[in-house]
Amino acid sequence: MSVRFEVNGKPVAVTVEPRTTLADCLRHQLRLTGTHLGCEHGVCGACTVLVDGAAVRSCLMLAVQAEGAKIVTVEGLSEDRDLTPLQKSFRKHHALQCGFCTPGMITTAHALLSEEPDCDAARVREVLSGNLCRCTGYISIVEAVLDARAAYKPKERARDRA
Amino acid sequence: MKLPPFEYACPTTLPEAVQLLAAGDGEAKALAGGQSLVPMLAFRLAQPKLLVDLRKLADLRGIRISEKGVALGAMVRWREIEDDARLDTAHPLLKAAVAHVAHYQIRNRGTVGGSMAHADPAAEMPGIAMTCDAEIAVVGKSGARVIQAADFFQGPLTTALTPDEIIVEIRLPHWPASRRWGFEEFARRRGDFALGAAAVFYDQHQSGKATNAHVGAIGVADRPLRLDAVEAVINGQRVDEATIAKAEAAASASVDPQSDIHASGAYRRALIGTLVERALKRAAA
Amino acid sequence: MRTVNSLIGSPIERVEDLRFLRGRGQYVDDVTREGLLHAAILRSSVAHGRIRSIDTSVALALPGVHSVITAKDIGNRVPRVPMRLQPLPDFEPFGQPVIAETKVRYVGEALALVLADSPAIAEDALGVIEVDIEPLPAVPDRHASAKNESLLFEDVGRNLAIKFRALRGDAAAAFQDAPYVRRESFRVQRHFALPMEPRGLLAEWDAARGRLTVNGGAKVLFFNRRTLARQMGLPESAIEILENDVGGGFGARGEFYPEDFLIPFAARFTGRPVKWTEDRREHLMTVNHAREAECDIEIACRRDGTVLGLRGHAYVDVGAYMRTNGAVSARNIAQFMSGPYRIPNIDIDVALLLTNKTPVGTYRGPGRFETDFFRERLFDMVAQDVGLDRVEFRRRNLVSHREMPYAIATITPYESKDELDSGDYHSTLDRCLEEIGWAEKSKLAGKLIDGRCHGLAVGCFIEGGAAGPKESARIVLEPDGRYTVYVGSSGIGQGLETAFAQIAADALEIPMDRIRGVFHGSTSYVSDGYGAYHSRSVVMGGSAILDAASKLREAIRARAADQLGCPASEVQIVEGSKAVGPRGASVSLTGLSTDGIAAEGAFLNKKHTYTYGAHATHVAVDPKLGHVELLDYVVVEDCGRMINPLTLRGQAIGSVVQGLGGAVMEHLAYDEQGQLLTGSLADYLIPTASDFPNIRAVVLENHPSPINPLGAKGAGEGGIIAAGGVMANAVANALGAFRVEPRQLPLTPAYIWELVQAGSRRAAE
Repeated sequence: MSVRFEVNGKPVAVTVEPRTTLADCLRHQLRLTGTHLGCEHGVCGACTVLVDGAAVRSCLMLAVQAEGAKIVTVEGLSEDRDLTPLQKSFRKHHALQCGFCTPGMITTAHALLSEEPDCDAARVREVLSGNLCRCTGYISIVEAVLDARAAYKPKERARDRA
Repeated sequence: MKLPPFEYACPTTLPEAVQLLAAGDGEAKALAGGQSLVPMLAFRLAQPKLLVDLRKLADLRGIRISEKGVALGAMVRWREIEDDARLDTAHPLLKAAVAHVAHYQIRNRGTVGGSMAHADPAAEMPGIAMTCDAEIAVVGKSGARVIQAADFFQGPLTTALTPDEIIVEIRLPHWPASRRWGFEEFARRRGDFALGAAAVFYDQHQSGKATNAHVGAIGVADRPLRLDAVEAVINGQRVDEATIAKAEAAASASVDPQSDIHASGAYRRALIGTLVERALKRAAA
Repeated sequence: MRTVNSLIGSPIERVEDLRFLRGRGQYVDDVTREGLLHAAILRSSVAHGRIRSIDTSVALALPGVHSVITAKDIGNRVPRVPMRLQPLPDFEPFGQPVIAETKVRYVGEALALVLADSPAIAEDALGVIEVDIEPLPAVPDRHASAKNESLLFEDVGRNLAIKFRALRGDAAAAFQDAPYVRRESFRVQRHFALPMEPRGLLAEWDAARGRLTVNGGAKVLFFNRRTLARQMGLPESAIEILENDVGGGFGARGEFYPEDFLIPFAARFTGRPVKWTEDRREHLMTVNHAREAECDIEIACRRDGTVLGLRGHAYVDVGAYMRTNGAVSARNIAQFMSGPYRIPNIDIDVALLLTNKTPVGTYRGPGRFETDFFRERLFDMVAQDVGLDRVEFRRRNLVSHREMPYAIATITPYESKDELDSGDYHSTLDRCLEEIGWAEKSKLAGKLIDGRCHGLAVGCFIEGGAAGPKESARIVLEPDGRYTVYVGSSGIGQGLETAFAQIAADALEIPMDRIRGVFHGSTSYVSDGYGAYHSRSVVMGGSAILDAASKLREAIRARAADQLGCPASEVQIVEGSKAVGPRGASVSLTGLSTDGIAAEGAFLNKKHTYTYGAHATHVAVDPKLGHVELLDYVVVEDCGRMINPLTLRGQAIGSVVQGLGGAVMEHLAYDEQGQLLTGSLADYLIPTASDFPNIRAVVLENHPSPINPLGAKGAGEGGIIAAGGVMANAVANALGAFRVEPRQLPLTPAYIWELVQAGSRRAAE
């Protein structure tokens, strides 16, 4: 079947079997290998991408269901020269070791912070509890996400200088 | 764990969808959010020949609140329930239960109808449907019908739906503002399937005594249960420490849960008692 | 003028992060080739049986299926998975054939290999291969195993692989007149490493040049290359094993598994590149299991709590075969039961018993997690019996720094003597108690507050590291003046590229950005590498880098001396960028050689280092739900010398959380027929972000190791070792009023509830 959607701001057209998951389509047909497969049954969260702004497990979505959708992967949340504020915060707090769960953490954190820049530690933990990590023990990841909140808050108008 | 091969259709009308399922002769399955169905395909526990995607069916969308109660379109996603502020008063028990469903990403895709049709005995939505005497409106090749929750759940992952039927709407009766309620769930980790959960509500007579008690138990049997014996203990009584203690004992006595790798039957039996007790304490507070 | 040695010890942000954060890591499943065939493996769903037939005809007829390989395609004798550690003759008969020949011995054992145009088609083909297996009675546990009624290896005639014995002093004498003796039995459940990335391999055979290239290596690539060469009848030089980015190892990934032969073999068999990616269901039943152990032990003490001796029996369920490192945890259970404590008389034997389950291997802190649980539980029980405070009991029995080096029990066979190298075990205990606020919090012990009982516990551990015998490194001064570092150590996510760059940069007296990169693991990088295991990378790889750096500086001085016309001994290297002669003439290191100057270094080692420390925890237990909430957890570890405090803290916390998972929720459960019941991540539960939010790690450098130039001790496993014992003791402390005495892991809600029920019944009688 042919499917058209947008990935990281660019239109794509692919031909897939109905059974091809969005995750496999992104990884193998579009060669966006940043999205990882840790379980293929919707538990680990390593495959998380944004679909029309919402964090979604791409291993549980068929590529054919992405028709007309705007998909953003970890590559789409990255810049060529510098790290983004969220990425910088992860690096500063050593919120990754082997890096395998990291793309899912980045996409999920980005979705959360975009919607809730005022989230607290409990909310961050609650949301990230759908993303498994075996290396870090999560504490540094939660610290990193909290530290990145500032970058997602709407800019306040400068106060009058006294 | 690649998926087994299947055909895929994405109809734009409900009659079209029903026709596709009917023609599938039991080998076609409806695809809603996919959060329960796709993992089953990944484990090759189900190998349907055709998936009928319901995402374009406008008839299945929307949360309608009226004096009759709350009607949830089958394709309403958990996220929409979380985000709908009207439900804080229109159905706080539903909201409380949905907060326990799975995880953030799954709540963006999973649907009410999908959960009902999947009928996992430890899932929250079937438990709420049973507790609240929900009505399930379905459409099939023989037309439309309404199934009472008590008749809908027939066993583990088994419902009264025929292979051609699609859930259109789940209707929860009107929820009075003064109603007392509690929801207590215990899972191994946040978002896991419940080891047990209790959903309770009652209304209060002028005398302070409880009436119309509904006590639902999740994860203690092959389907969600109403605990009549516990309701009998509560109705006509003040919900005080003595009543709650009796309710706890009655809850444990009225179930006979299975053991599995996560917990023994004896533990689950005691657990539901504890959860009923805690839910009632919340309700009475 | 920069200061020397300013990078070692600095919390430098990691180099690896730049690609991982952007999704630009390259893990083996990200690698592709033209003309790939995809492999899928048919695995036995029967735990024990004789293979009657395997009919692949329907599978072969599926469009897109290229071939199906079974044992008969491999030749006269199917190769065995070799033993890498402790390869005693006793283990010979129990080696695993890389594909099942006449019998299957565990659910998950490979029966056939399908090669197809896509992973999905390969998996479709698995479903239509007809296998006829005559079932045999399964051996589900160590009790059935010991009976020898159903034998896994009929011609061997027994299910016992070996018994090790740990001896020190004279236990019989010590127990004879001991004023106090207590006997207990304990059990730890089967669980395992579960790295987030499943395994994978991509093998290519270049028939024209007779060369084999394998992507997907990790941990011990050089040993694996030697093994593969032997099995394929190729010279080692014809094989290159490459290490890509690796999504965690923890001991399990990288060992030689059956697929490490099957996939390269398939590439040569078909003449096409072959790729295999493990899925999670497969992973749960094929990757080395670990930790399943029981013990019956006795402790002898004086009335003042001084331990006189420890003796007893331990039993390890090793699964169906002895694989590469299947004996290590069992040996460690016996040898390290004393931990950091002074136990003068020891007689502990450990039996390795075969069962129809997935074979075992090492998992972070192998045997140490189990034996620490056994010992620390026993200590708390004994302290209560003799009326001594639990902390005082430990203080009295910890080995003091004056007693170092302190010889621990000797293991036979495979005579292994070991000694605790250096350290002040009392200081880390004291620091740990201070950090958690023990004095204040003890007042809460056993108290019921808001429906939950509060409990505290503390435990001490040692972590062995720096296993020898050797590691190699090579550093190249490139024509552009930058340096490239190659090392035989293996990267598994621990941040080697950064730590080694820090070490190399300090040794070469250059800023870190003059290091072009650190390349690790792959067999093409150094001539004789060993890998990453037993917390050895910093000590072994780091020390090898120091040696290479020193040799490189000599080589640079020699080359510069030619150009400057003076003896090499009079050349000074300044800021790693120019070489200056005795009269001030200088030459730039950029372009000093048009094809670079290289030097190899190595570090040889026979002794282990011992990182040490203590864990303490404060929990609140709901006696009705059986739920344990972690209110606070502190790990204090002295690792000799910190290369990068940022990554070290990360290792400590990550390690603790793995330990907590093992203590409370992880379990590979089997039924009586040897069926693995834990088939998915919905059943195998690992900690998530909301489970253990309150963990603190304090890492110290008070006692550098005397046995290597860095003064470092291997670190990374200490966090896991004490977690089981400490959590069980905290639960016992919390539920003292209910007379709860946990004797097994995991501390599931149902288990804790059952203990409360049983304790309450006893109290009522």
